[in-house]
Amino acid sequence: MSSKMQSSSSTAQARRMVQQLRIEASFERIKVSKASSDLMRYCGEHAKNDPLLMGIPASENPFKDKKPCTVL
Amino acid sequence: MCDQTFVAATFGPCESCGKASPLMNIYIKTEAINFCSFCVELMTCQVLQGGESVASLKRESDNLKKKLEEERGKLNDIELHQVAEKSEVLGAFAIKTRRLLKGHGNKVLCMDWCKDKRRLVSSSQDGKVIVWDAFTLNKEHGVTLPCTWVMACAYAPSGCAVACGGLDNKCSVFPLSLDKNENLNAKKKSVAMHTNYVSGCTFTSSDMQILTSSGDGTCALWDVESGQLLQSFHGHTADVLSLDLAPSETGNTFVSGGSDMKANIWDMRSGQNIQSFETHESDINCVKYYPSGDAFASASDDATCRFFDLRADREVAIYQKDSIIFGASSVDFSLSGRLLFAGYNDYTINVWDVLKGTRVSVLFGHENRVSRLRVSPDGTALCSASWDNTLRIWS
Repeated sequence: MSSKMQSSSSTAQARRMVQQLRIEASFERIKVSKASSDLMRYCGEHAKNDPLLMGIPASENPFKDKKPCTVL
Repeated sequence: MCDQTFVAATFGPCESCGKASPLMNIYIKTEAINFCSFCVELMTCQVLQGGESVASLKRESDNLKKKLEEERGKLNDIELHQVAEKSEVLGAFAIKTRRLLKGHGNKVLCMDWCKDKRRLVSSSQDGKVIVWDAFTLNKEHGVTLPCTWVMACAYAPSGCAVACGGLDNKCSVFPLSLDKNENLNAKKKSVAMHTNYVSGCTFTSSDMQILTSSGDGTCALWDVESGQLLQSFHGHTADVLSLDLAPSETGNTFVSGGSDMKANIWDMRSGQNIQSFETHESDINCVKYYPSGDAFASASDDATCRFFDLRADREVAIYQKDSIIFGASSVDFSLSGRLLFAGYNDYTINVWDVLKGTRVSVLFGHENRVSRLRVSPDGTALCSASWDNTLRIWS
């Protein structure tokens, strides 16, 4: 069902590559400055919810080192 | 009553339209052409436009490539780390190993968290797949596959099943039951069938579909219940080593990275390769989407991790240091996307500031290369799997 993708026809392969490149060339791109500022904004908005970034107090950390506890 | 059977020599993706169907194997001037019957008809009706030869196609593809480079270059008005100078510097980073999961008898190759944030599944070279409770270190389930090198494992979104695959060229799904004594192998369901090893697998938004990547150069989407191939993705020219699904808000795409040094973005519905990034200098071992879905990071044997923005269609950051010479095997983002955790073959985990491009911290502890790391679904912990037979939970 999933045979190895071996194209014995080099024309078919070249045609495929040209079609793929045409698709990629028609892509709508935005400026890096806009993309970067959007990424920064996302980080800023979610930073306070990020436990690994902000650090969580040991009392709330589910993985804190086990201490002896009494079972009620 | 006679059944009309369709006689076909081979079944597979048509070389012209890419759809999987019975192929007509014909020869044109000693060149073997494997098209589906529809495309054969199209071809015979079409008149090749003025001298469409390999040479002219190659020229056109070279021109297109140059044009792409120019277009991408025009939009590169500023670097990400320059924009990020405005953001605050990260404070001292202090996380350490909180749990050490011992139990595998051989190299741990892959792991995945469950959505309940406490369970995880891991697979190893000796064919064992273990489901752990990370809080209590309890091993909840264990199953042994008949093959070695189980390179991929994934937890279903419902938490009721795990999928794994590797050198057996298959991806199998095991429904997990509450009965500890039940033999998981009895309910095993083989879903995916590739012609080479399975390097990565993940469930899509439900338990019903699995996406797999394979050493045969393809990725495929399967229906779990019937085992049917729903869509196949062709485009890589070498083994596909990793894949990641886009976060649910951003739609039906996924990214894959392979030994051909390319990272491709695919549309799951059409099977189309939407974007391609080729800046790495060696095999891409791992790809992971940024939490917003607008970017992704990759880890490669060229000792760098790179960050690609999808809307700008280019690489926007490289995470590298002269002192890092070993390949990176795995990456994952923290919940906000500000931190990038990368596991390397020199046994360490480096923590990078995604925006500024600087290294924040190095985590030592593993005694062999780190094969995979994943941040837990609520972002409270990082789990790393290693060839030293253990998994570590950092928090």
